[in-house]
Amino acid sequence: MYASGKYSSRGPALIPRMKTKHRIYYITLFSVVLLGLIATGMFQFWPHSIESTADWTLDKRSVHDAPLVRLTLSSPIPERGDLSCRMHTCFDVYRCGYNPKNKIKVYIYPLQRFVDEMGVPISSTGLSREYNDLLSAISDSDFYTDDVTRACLFIPSIDVLNQNSLRVRETAQALAILSRWDKGMNHLLFNMLPGGPPDYNTALDVPRDRVLLAGGGFSTWTYRQGYDVSIPVYSPLSADIDLPERQPGPRHYFILSSQTAIHREYRAELERLKEENGEALLLLDKCSNLSQGAASARKRCYKGQVYDYPQILQESSFCVVLRGARLGQAALSDVLQAGCVPVILADSYILPFSEVLDWKRASVVIPEEKLSEMYTILKSIPHRQVEEMQRQARWFWEAYFSSMKAIGLTTLQIINDRIYPYAARTYEQWNNPPVVKWTSVNSPLFLPLIPPRAPGFTAVVLTYDRVESLFRVITEISKVPSLAKLLVVWNNQNKSPPEESLWPKIGVPLKVVRTKENKLSNRFFPYDEIETEAVLAIDDDIIMLTSDELQFGYEVWREFPDRLVGYPGRLHLWDHEMGKWKYESEWTNEVSMVLTGAAFYHKYFNYLYTYKMPGDIKNWVDAHMNCEDIAMNFLVANITGKAPIKVTPRKKFKCPECTAIDGLSLDQTHMVERSECINKFASVFGTMPLKVVEHRADPVLYKDDFPEKLKSFPNIGSL
Amino acid sequence: MQAKKRYLLVSVGAGLLFLVYLWALQIEEFQQQQDQYQYHQYQLPQDPEFHQYHLYHQQEYQYSHQFQDSYQPQPQPQRSPSRRWTPSTELLEPYLEGGEQEEDSPQLHHQHTSPRERRAIRDNIYKNKRCRMETCFDFARCQSGFRVYIYPPHRAGGEVSETYQKILSSIEESRFHTTDPAKACLFVLAVDTLDRDQLSAQYVQNVRSRIQSLPTWNDGRNHLVFNLYSGTWPDYTEDLGFEVGQAMLAKASADAVNFRPNFDISIPLFSKDHPLKGGATGYLTLNDAPPSRKYLLVFKGKRYLTGIGSETRNALYHIHNGKDIVLLTTCKHGKDWEKHKDSRCDRDNQEYSQFDYQELLRNSTFCLVPRGRRLGSFRFLEALQAACIPVILSNGWELPFSEVIDWRKAAVIGDERLLLQVPSITRSVGRDRILALRQQIQFLWDAYFSSVAKIVLTTLEIIQDRVVSHVTRNHLLWNSLPGGLYALPQYSTDSAQFPFYYAMLGKSPSQQFTAVIHTVTPLQAQISPVVKLIIAVAKSKFCAQIVVLWNCEKPLPPRNKWPSTSVPLTVIEGQAKTMSSRFYPHDAVTTDAVLSLDEDSVLSTNEVDFSFLVWQNFPERIVGYPARSHYWDSSRSRWGYTSKWTNDYSMVLTGAAFYHRYYHFLFTHLVPTGLLTTVDNMANCEDILMNFLVSAVTKQPPIKVTQKKQYKETMMSQGSKASRWADPDHFAQRQTCMNAFSHWLGFMPLVHSQMRLDPVLFRDQVSMLRKKYRDIERL
Repeated sequence: MYASGKYSSRGPALIPRMKTKHRIYYITLFSVVLLGLIATGMFQFWPHSIESTADWTLDKRSVHDAPLVRLTLSSPIPERGDLSCRMHTCFDVYRCGYNPKNKIKVYIYPLQRFVDEMGVPISSTGLSREYNDLLSAISDSDFYTDDVTRACLFIPSIDVLNQNSLRVRETAQALAILSRWDKGMNHLLFNMLPGGPPDYNTALDVPRDRVLLAGGGFSTWTYRQGYDVSIPVYSPLSADIDLPERQPGPRHYFILSSQTAIHREYRAELERLKEENGEALLLLDKCSNLSQGAASARKRCYKGQVYDYPQILQESSFCVVLRGARLGQAALSDVLQAGCVPVILADSYILPFSEVLDWKRASVVIPEEKLSEMYTILKSIPHRQVEEMQRQARWFWEAYFSSMKAIGLTTLQIINDRIYPYAARTYEQWNNPPVVKWTSVNSPLFLPLIPPRAPGFTAVVLTYDRVESLFRVITEISKVPSLAKLLVVWNNQNKSPPEESLWPKIGVPLKVVRTKENKLSNRFFPYDEIETEAVLAIDDDIIMLTSDELQFGYEVWREFPDRLVGYPGRLHLWDHEMGKWKYESEWTNEVSMVLTGAAFYHKYFNYLYTYKMPGDIKNWVDAHMNCEDIAMNFLVANITGKAPIKVTPRKKFKCPECTAIDGLSLDQTHMVERSECINKFASVFGTMPLKVVEHRADPVLYKDDFPEKLKSFPNIGSL
Repeated sequence: MQAKKRYLLVSVGAGLLFLVYLWALQIEEFQQQQDQYQYHQYQLPQDPEFHQYHLYHQQEYQYSHQFQDSYQPQPQPQRSPSRRWTPSTELLEPYLEGGEQEEDSPQLHHQHTSPRERRAIRDNIYKNKRCRMETCFDFARCQSGFRVYIYPPHRAGGEVSETYQKILSSIEESRFHTTDPAKACLFVLAVDTLDRDQLSAQYVQNVRSRIQSLPTWNDGRNHLVFNLYSGTWPDYTEDLGFEVGQAMLAKASADAVNFRPNFDISIPLFSKDHPLKGGATGYLTLNDAPPSRKYLLVFKGKRYLTGIGSETRNALYHIHNGKDIVLLTTCKHGKDWEKHKDSRCDRDNQEYSQFDYQELLRNSTFCLVPRGRRLGSFRFLEALQAACIPVILSNGWELPFSEVIDWRKAAVIGDERLLLQVPSITRSVGRDRILALRQQIQFLWDAYFSSVAKIVLTTLEIIQDRVVSHVTRNHLLWNSLPGGLYALPQYSTDSAQFPFYYAMLGKSPSQQFTAVIHTVTPLQAQISPVVKLIIAVAKSKFCAQIVVLWNCEKPLPPRNKWPSTSVPLTVIEGQAKTMSSRFYPHDAVTTDAVLSLDEDSVLSTNEVDFSFLVWQNFPERIVGYPARSHYWDSSRSRWGYTSKWTNDYSMVLTGAAFYHRYYHFLFTHLVPTGLLTTVDNMANCEDILMNFLVSAVTKQPPIKVTQKKQYKETMMSQGSKASRWADPDHFAQRQTCMNAFSHWLGFMPLVHSQMRLDPVLFRDQVSMLRKKYRDIERL
């Protein structure tokens, strides 16, 4: 659709001089043909739209048409799973190779129907809906390859999700005759309901050699940490019922128990808790008067009162998830979906995806023995934390539990992270819900280091052609004790910088860099010549700053190396009348920016400004020849979440920040332009990152009644 | 007419094209079906290898494959790319039979064993090598708190190595230590079990019998056994030479296969020179980005030539290039190395001696940490200290404290089998990542590894977190500043209640504060300074409530003696009436910010407002008014304290200061009781101790804000405490305190600052009317 729209709009341009009638005809014809082609193409090659192809491929893709494979009694049986298997012993990493995308390739075996010698299938259900969904999702993903020789991971199409429907021995035999079996190396099996009566093993009973098992309901004794993947038990209700997300907050009930198959001993315990705490608890059970069937799965009862399940879960802060015969419970998925905090009572259970998910943020795990103390334990959790957990629970469900696709792809991603650990997703990527990802700030310079004074700073002076003023600035700055190097960025392509002999003689190295284009962003380029961490950006007309003031600025920067530390401060304000941001340079009690006409900052920000500036801000600044300082303030505030620091009292800067402009009217256009910059940048960043503060930094003894000569920085604030 | 013809022609043409296209598709499908039938003509084979010949030929999605297939009458079964899985379109059955949620109906077998019985069975089965907390740890012992008992040293001598002595001292000095075995939750052996290599000189004989003879050994239940070296030549298995039983192992070089998850603890291998406490500081002093490093990857260590663990180091020369990848090995070790000497040894040995290890460490971005005989090596901690990103080549090594530390944020975990990929992997790490990795490494080094005490405390804290499973640190608390040892979950399990994580959580501290006024003199008339203070503070728009701590010996004055304020005023009568109780985490304090005040402090509402706004920007620091400084007195080689006016400061007095209420909790629970008693006995130094604590946690100086100038004098001389400040003993005590506190921590945490924060327009040449904080400037 999109493509045809594009072409038809181009039509007039291709045949411009035709009569309208003709034009319309051609356009229509062309569109029809194109549409037809696209439609057939889509039917043919669109792997997602299974439904749409249903009419004519139904018979072809039917399970019953899968080739029949007859197993013999003597077919080999794989060995039982090896508990000592780890990635480095049972997984052939050479199959995965080093690739720039750091993505494993997954192959899915074609569907076959396995029967034993008598012709009885190895599984009572065959391919289940869920396993079909899972494999479809994988085959649609980036992980999939149909080239068996390039695959790193193999997934049999034998459905072992539910062990109950399997014939264990025959399933094992079927696995062993897979073409690339090779002792199960690099094979992945998905199983949600392991074990069977009476002892309910916590891992799939099918002998499976070295297979990597993605299992629901592992216990700590069967789970091979770093090898197996613990997955959730999928709840079919997830697909049927759409529970809208509820805002985190207090709920009508405090604790809810909704599972139907709870051991009577636990139920007695829960009843006792209910007696003690009354209305705060709601204990639901099966409805005795309803007939068995799908409908009963959606109802729960308490003393004759009927509740809708899973909707009722949304009415409680905490929801009990008790183990049954198996450790993994599909109820966990329902509970998470409802945004109810699961209280998990299943000793030694390995929680789903525990390798990457931080369950402490979304659940409460209580030893089964302490069921009687549950109420007290839950009451001790701060309200705010409960709300966080509610939100986190819902987010876990959305991201990792909601569909077989989510479960399958998460499993593959976990395995992928093990094989390419240096490209693995981080804890934050796995665990932070979108709202936290948006608001949280992780400063790139997070370690509180106060860098040593000795390396000093590099002064970067951006200049065009004001040589006289430039030389004065250089002479002034050279008096600052901690100056390590002076870098002049010569931004005038038409004129060469003065000869070397004409430059002021100073005690530190002086380098001149000539730029290719007269761009403001040249000021923030990460020049190799800058060897110190600290950079002093200074205009070629800032001659009024004293050596004491500059040195003090450097000392303050050392205490706050992740901030902009500058002299003239500015403010952004919300203009209620206009409904937009406004730039303010008046004498205000607040500061949210410092001008980079004279400011210290970490050289890392040069790199960020040049290579990581969001959107088109950099080009915009260069095109408008303005606001590079505002852009820098936005960048630093956005990535560190911190305000800049203004140092020392206000001075009379000779026509501050408006070097080429004089006169009041020009000054006003300047303010308008600057306001425009703020609005533009705020829209690019999608937020207003600037932070407003009411303080500035002065030397400890500034203006104190104390002999000036004993002060470290006596010459501060002179006009 | 012309136009009509053209229409027709073009329409027919287009129609034809379309038909041809459809036809092509049909043909192809037909051919595929044919292929399929041909396959089915084969007899079903007995040989499983034959199966791959019989494949269901499915339709292709991609052009290339389509055409390949359609022109292959007899596809090559081995290479056929079309052996692919295709989704089924039928309505399939759900995997849960009959749509049943869970088939644990009460009629089923498992209902016969009650959960209680099942737990009892479990507890009996899973012992020794399969121990977990549930089965091998007696939680009942810990009900009165997490206390650790060390057995008394053995009478018959029994040498304890220097390193083990450090471990024991760390426990003894920790807040967990108890001398009463009846109260103990965890037991630590007096027998040195660190070196269990029979060939080692440190090997202690008959450990087995000595342990078995302990009356409370109880098969190791609730015991913690430390070990650095296990097994011996030639196979270096994880054998300790005695039965650990149900004891937890805190072990270096732990192998993931033998490691009992959430039961054992992997600790780093550390040398006998590792400091007891305080600890060597990391090498990272500045965040140079990009790292202007001479080397990309370095290693210097022994090479074993033969036997277990030798392959990895023997192969290092493949990626050594002598320029930015410098991997040096020496064959020299043991007595008979020349017997096994290989052709490269002489060259390697010669190159090995050319480079200085420290120089390599300090100038490299990555440091290789390959396994030695055992999985862990000293190279690991050396790399951490040097902020050199460890590239770990030690398959199966359970990394130190892996239960809580997220090593993906601090190391590159490689695979011994993929040594040749190491150069390209390290080169592909971007500079942002390098910057973050190095800072994280340095943080981890400082938080958990830089001293024996930290390693031991981390071990104990991990166990404590397991004991009360719902009061534990989450990932954030362990893996971000200031680290798990300073973030106590007993205070709160909600990370938003701590002062450290606001930015990371996208939150900010609460907008109000609680003033806590420490009162020691009886309330006189209305002119009492404390009354003035209460009135001034209550006027602040950020003040939520005022709490008066009545630490005076005189009885509590009646309610009507207190000034009436717009905010709630609570009076708490201290039980102990000690100095340290002013920092007790009273439940009455509900806001994040605390304004700690002496009764004789003089503050204006303006000053309070301003400094609270400053505090909101630095919630993890102390923000206060009068400042003090420390210095190193080299003539007496001890720390000195000064209250003189200086150009810098490192403490602010807590007689008037804002800080986060978490520090009350930390002060009361982290500081050893011995130090608190000292403070109480002298009725002095509590403010210094608070400054030490906060600086130790944050590694940053406090913040001084501006104050009215008469402040200092009034502060010092007014009220009944005048004597306290004027007393020369008082000053000497503070000197002593400084040294006692830095001894406790093992280092001097205080940091100097040269700046003070003033209101933006402070003392500026502008009309007073424009200024928001006028009072501060008025004299």
